[in-house]
Amino acid sequence: MARRTVALAVLLLVVVVAFAASLALGSRWLGLGAVARALVDGGGSDADVIVRSLRLPRTVVAVLIGACLGVAGTLMQGHTRNALAEPGIFGVSSGAALAVVLGLQVGVVESVGSTVWCALIGALVATFGVQRLAARGTGASPVGLALTGAAVAALLGAMTSAIVLLDADTLDGYRFWAVGSVSGRGLDVAVQVLPFAVVGLVLAAINARDLDLLALGDDVAAGLGLSVRRARFVGLVAIGLLTAAGVAACGPIGFLGLLAGHVARRIFGSRNTWLIPAAALTGAAALILADVVGRLLGGAGEVQAGVVLGLVGAPLFVVVVRRRAVAL
Amino acid sequence: MTAVEQAVKPRTLVLGIAFAAVAVALALVSLSVGTTKLPVVDVVRVLTGGGDGGTRLIVLELRLPRVATGLLVGIAFAVSGALLQTLSRNPLASPDIIGVNSGASAAAVAVIVLAGTGGGNISGLAAKVGIPLAAVVGGLLATLIVGVLSIQRGVVDAGRVVLIGVGVAAAANSLVTWLLVIGDVTDAGRAAAWLAGSLNARTWSDAVPVGLAVLVLLPLALTFNRSLEALVLGDDVASSLGVRVSRARLALLIIATVLAAMATAGAGPIAFVALVAPQIAQRLAKSDRPPLMTTAMLGALFVTAADLVARNGLEVLRVGPYELPVGVVTAACGAPYLLHLIGRQQKGR
Repeated sequence: MARRTVALAVLLLVVVVAFAASLALGSRWLGLGAVARALVDGGGSDADVIVRSLRLPRTVVAVLIGACLGVAGTLMQGHTRNALAEPGIFGVSSGAALAVVLGLQVGVVESVGSTVWCALIGALVATFGVQRLAARGTGASPVGLALTGAAVAALLGAMTSAIVLLDADTLDGYRFWAVGSVSGRGLDVAVQVLPFAVVGLVLAAINARDLDLLALGDDVAAGLGLSVRRARFVGLVAIGLLTAAGVAACGPIGFLGLLAGHVARRIFGSRNTWLIPAAALTGAAALILADVVGRLLGGAGEVQAGVVLGLVGAPLFVVVVRRRAVAL
Repeated sequence: MTAVEQAVKPRTLVLGIAFAAVAVALALVSLSVGTTKLPVVDVVRVLTGGGDGGTRLIVLELRLPRVATGLLVGIAFAVSGALLQTLSRNPLASPDIIGVNSGASAAAVAVIVLAGTGGGNISGLAAKVGIPLAAVVGGLLATLIVGVLSIQRGVVDAGRVVLIGVGVAAAANSLVTWLLVIGDVTDAGRAAAWLAGSLNARTWSDAVPVGLAVLVLLPLALTFNRSLEALVLGDDVASSLGVRVSRARLALLIIATVLAAMATAGAGPIAFVALVAPQIAQRLAKSDRPPLMTTAMLGALFVTAADLVARNGLEVLRVGPYELPVGVVTAACGAPYLLHLIGRQQKGR
C-alpha cells in the first residue's frame, strides 16, 4: 500500500518534470526562470510567445491524450486478458481514422468537434468488431486477437488509402494527421476533446474494480454478483471514448497504450484500481517525453511523437512476445 | 527426379493449367479495355507481330508493361508466400504479415522521398537500381531481424514468428509515415500511391527486374521441391530422409524474401496476395502444402483480376472515372479471407 502510494507520487513527479522540460526545451532552449516568468506575467517577449502559445498548449494536449491512450491500452489488456492489446495494434485507431477520412470526404467534418464524433463512431465500431470477430470459436487466443486486429487494420487502412488517394488535398492533410503528433495543437483542441476524455476516464475508474473481478474469470465474477455483460460494455465504451479522443486530437498514435500498460504493470502488479491511475500518469509522461525527444532529434523540423513512440514501442512489443508473457 | 514427378498430382497439374489459362484470358481482356477499346482479336494480332502502328503502340508500349508487371508480381508474391508458409508450417506466415513487405516498403520509400528532387523525378540511376535494391535490402533486413528475434533456446516457434513480424512491421510502418511527412508533397503522393500497391503507369523498367527475379528464383525454388515435401513432415523426418535441413531452410528463406522484395519494388506492397494464393491453391489441390507452380499461376490470376477491377470498378459502378490502386482491391478480398482463416485456426485448437 505505502509502496504503491510512493510509486504513484513518484510517477506524478515524473509527469511534472516532463511538463516543465516540455516548456523549456525545443529548437530554442529556455531557462526554467524564463518559463516561469512567461507563465506568470507573460509580456510580449519571444520567450513568452514560445511558452504560452506554442509549448504550453501542445504539452497540455500531450498530458490529456497520453492519459487517455494509456488508460485505453490498460483497459483493453484487462478485458482481453492479452498483454498485446492496444488500440493501435487492434485496429481501433484504424477504424477511427477511416471514419474521420470518410467524414472529411463527405463533408461532415469541419471542426475538431465533429472529428471527435466521427472518430468515436469509428473507434467503437472497430472495438466491437474486432472483439466479436476474435471471439469466434473457442474464445480469443492472444495470437488470434492480435492477428484479427492486424487484419481489420489492414482492411480499414486499404479503404482509407483508397479514399485518400482519390483526392490530393485530403492526402496532404491526411499524411500529417496520420503520423500522430501533438505539434501545432492549440488549447481549443484540448477543450473540445475534454468531455470525451473525462467521461472515458471516469468510466475507466468505475470499471477498474469490476475488471479485477473479471480477472478471476467470467464465471467467478458472475458468482460474486457482478453483471459481466454490463462490466464488459462499460469497458468497451470507455475504450472507444478514450481512443476517439486521442485519435481526434493527435491522430492515430500507436504503442502508447502498450507502453503505459506494461510499465504500470511492472511497478504496480495486476490490481486495476492501481493500474488505471498509474497508466494514466505513465501515458501522459511517455507522450510528453516522446514529443520532447522528437523536438530535440529533429533539429529544424521535428520528429513526430507518433514516430518516436512507434520506434520505441515496437521493440517493446517484441520483448513482450519473447517473454511469453502474452496471456495475462 | 522421380520424387519431383511423383509430387505433381494430376489434379494439381489441371488446376495449374486452368489458372494459367484464366490468367492469360484476363490479361488479354486487360490489354483490350481502356480509354481506347480494342477488340481482343486485334490484341492477339499485335502480340503475334501484326497490327497497325497505333494499335501496336497502345498495346505494346502502354498496356503490356502494366499487365506483364501484374502477372509477374502475382507470381513472385504467391511463390514467396507458399515458401514461407511451408517453411514455418503456418498459413499466416506470409511476407505481408511477418514484415518482409513493410521492411522493403520502408527502404523503398526512403529512396523515393530522400532521393526525390522535389519535382517528383528521381535521378536516373536511383530510379532504375535504387528502389529494387533498397527493397531487397530492406526486406532481407526485416527477415533477418524477425528470424533472429524468433529464435529462443534454439527453437523457432511459428506463432512467435508471426507476432514478432507484426511488431517489426509496425516499426517499419512508423518509419514510413515519418518519411511521408518529411518528404515533398509530390514525392509523398508518389510514395503513398506506391505504398497502396499500384500497377498504374508501370513501364518495362518496372517489369524487367521482377521478371528476372521470377525467371531465376522460381526454377531455383522448384529444385528444392523434394526438400519442401520433406520439411512438411518435420525437421527430424526431413533430415532422416537426407535433406540438409538448415541449408535448405536458409536458401528457401532467402529466395522467398528476395521474391517478395522484388515484387514490392515493382508494384508496391500489394496486400494479401502472398497470404491468400497459396492457401486457396493448397485447398483446391487437396494437398498438404501449397503446390508451387499452381500457386504461382493463381497469384498471377489474382493480381490481374484485381487490377481489372481496380481499373474499371469505379467507372462500371458509375462513381466516376477514377482508378483504384490494385492493392485496395486485393486487401478488400484478402482481409476477410484472413479473418476466416484465423477463425478456423482457433476452432481447430
